[in-house]
Amino acid sequence: AYKRFRELLPKEERENACSARLPKSQILTLPELRANPFQHRICRVFSTSDYGDDSMSFEDFLDMLSVFSDSATSDIKSYYAFRIFDFDDDGTLDRKDLEKLVNCLTGQGEESRLSNAEMEQLIQNILEESDIDKDGTINLSEFQHVVSRSPDFVRCGGLQQ
Amino acid sequence: RDCLQADIKCLSGWKLWNRTSSKSLKKVLNEVKELSSYLELWRHDIHSIEGKFGTGIQSYFSFLRFLVLLNFIIFILMFSFVTLPTIISNYGIFNSSFAKIPPKNIEPHCTVYKPSGNKGLVYFYTYLKDLLSGTGFLEVTSLFYGYYTIDAAWLSILRYNLPLAYLLATFAYLALSLLWIIKRSVEGFKRNLVHAEDQFQSYCNKVFAGWDFCITDPNAARLKHRSLQYELQTDLEEERQKRKKADRTMKEKLRIYSLRIFINIIVFAVLSGCFYSIYKATVFSQENSNVSIRHDIRTDLIGAVQYLPSMVITLANFIAPQIFSFLIKFEDYSPAFEIRLTLMRCIFVRLANIGVLLFSLWSQISYCTTDKCKACGYNYELYPCWESEVGQEMYKLMIFDFIIILAVTLFVDFPRKLLVTHCSCKPVQWCGLQEFGISDNVLEIIYGQTICWIGTFFSPLLPAIATIKYFIIFYIKKISLIHTRKPAARPIRASSSNFFFLVVLLIGLLLAFIPLGISIAHIPSSKACGPFRSFNTSWAVVPDTILGFPTGLQKVLYSIASEAFAVPFFMVICLVMFYFIALAGAHKRVVEQLREQLVMVRFDPLFCVPKV
Repeated sequence: AYKRFRELLPKEERENACSARLPKSQILTLPELRANPFQHRICRVFSTSDYGDDSMSFEDFLDMLSVFSDSATSDIKSYYAFRIFDFDDDGTLDRKDLEKLVNCLTGQGEESRLSNAEMEQLIQNILEESDIDKDGTINLSEFQHVVSRSPDFVRCGGLQQ
Repeated sequence: RDCLQADIKCLSGWKLWNRTSSKSLKKVLNEVKELSSYLELWRHDIHSIEGKFGTGIQSYFSFLRFLVLLNFIIFILMFSFVTLPTIISNYGIFNSSFAKIPPKNIEPHCTVYKPSGNKGLVYFYTYLKDLLSGTGFLEVTSLFYGYYTIDAAWLSILRYNLPLAYLLATFAYLALSLLWIIKRSVEGFKRNLVHAEDQFQSYCNKVFAGWDFCITDPNAARLKHRSLQYELQTDLEEERQKRKKADRTMKEKLRIYSLRIFINIIVFAVLSGCFYSIYKATVFSQENSNVSIRHDIRTDLIGAVQYLPSMVITLANFIAPQIFSFLIKFEDYSPAFEIRLTLMRCIFVRLANIGVLLFSLWSQISYCTTDKCKACGYNYELYPCWESEVGQEMYKLMIFDFIIILAVTLFVDFPRKLLVTHCSCKPVQWCGLQEFGISDNVLEIIYGQTICWIGTFFSPLLPAIATIKYFIIFYIKKISLIHTRKPAARPIRASSSNFFFLVVLLIGLLLAFIPLGISIAHIPSSKACGPFRSFNTSWAVVPDTILGFPTGLQKVLYSIASEAFAVPFFMVICLVMFYFIALAGAHKRVVEQLREQLVMVRFDPLFCVPKV
């Protein structure tokens, strides 16, 4: 993992890679993140930068790889997945977050979005299935509950090293 | 690692040797497995297709590979047990000879058979015509049934009973195909049974866990986006459909049902039209080709007339599905059911067409008015060797099918691609490129495979032709897919398709049993050619052989075939089946209970987990 981090740094900073920060544009060139629709959210979630520029230090990079590896527990995966899906960072998944999530999944471009009626119907169904306290949003516990019953979640959260 | 080292030092010599030897054995087994996966045919091609076009299309190509292997094995079977002994004894290799026992108690006129192999000066185009229709010089080769006119082959002192071997090889290849297909479909069946229940959480599962984080190729990502979009839209559509159905009033229900009955009547009428035209075409083609041959007239029309049944069948196979997919829109079914019903209708059309062709052939063959004809049991004047005739028809069907696939790819797909890329006028762009229709292509190859299964009894080298044909089709389809097809707008899930293809293939195989059964057991075999000359029907060789067994064995075999054995055996089979069905139901219930328990267990402590 250290080697990969060093490769992504520009030449001047490679000697003190341990303390350097990787800019976001470089992170997005990783093959696993290139095709991922959640690439921006992943960078935002794992970055501990104070300037809000989504740059990652080596520790952040290591954090990201460890969460996506096969040996992470499903609790950790579901916690980070919740944070990735929470587009407005308010700690709950409300309708707007779900809408953005579905649009990310179906692809960029006008013709690949669901119509408004379909989106409404879909979000209604999702909230019916997962919102236990019926407050119209999904908090972390409800999310972890839903995801633990999902057969596909464990398979999807794995990145090849 | 330090612990491991310390561990190794502690163990005694014997245990150490045991552990290292088992480790090296595992390594060797792994390497052997890897090597054998390299030997798999077209492994790299199919992987690249999966990566670029998705698992639905990849399942079509692995299905094609399975058929190539199956046909090759059937060919090896028939060749080694039927063709090879005949050729060896015909040419007297290894000191072998053959015995041609003239049939007893048969009228002499039934045994006259003079295949018109080309004699004298013939034009070159005659060879081409013969190659395409299986007549002339091909008729007397080992390709067709008529060549195997041997009753026994002698290899020094060993007697090889060719008629029995011919029949048993036929049964063997049918049984082999059945077992292999069932074995492959069992995995799909298990998966379908477990996942068949409505998932009570399907939307959340698809949205939260739908994205595969291992995707690195942008093309594959695009495909995944599209398939997710399509899955979500289909699910929503199905839900809307269910709600609409529940809301229907009595009057609307009545209207819909009467509309459906009316459309089914139209479908039935279309089918009868197809069958009637195939029957008429076969009768016409047989009459005209026989008349011309008898009067020794060789006209150019013979080519077209010989191919008339194949052409009519291909036309019917092309038009009927279009009509069905047009009609089903009016029937107001859910989208998934629509697709399945159209497919079932198309399958029925394709397979029943072959049945009608064979039926019309038989009606011609067994059409008997004179007493002389009745003595032989079949129309000896026109069809002295009727099995070869049927074999020729199957051969023609197979060659024509292959030519059509080639022609459609060359003359429809590639010009279309050229037109779309270079001409930018509106109507052309609106037509656009075609998608790769998986179900149409699968039905095409299942149709070809059913012809091969039926035809192998009458033409033992047909599986070799089928193997070569599917081998070439693989490359043709692959090239056509990569260069002339646009990506599918509605990606299909692979797991359910695999099982579905195998089920349809099984239907084709079971349908192939019927004509073969009738030919072997019911229609008298021709007395002028073939290994079954001295028997009434082809099946009669089996009772004959049994009579030659020692009396003890005969008694055992008769008791197995008697009612006293069959009825208890059938009852025991039924009991075993009921037991397994009950077991499967019980397992399903246990799975449901465990799921509910999981919900209960996770529910309470979750609210106590502190927010991280």
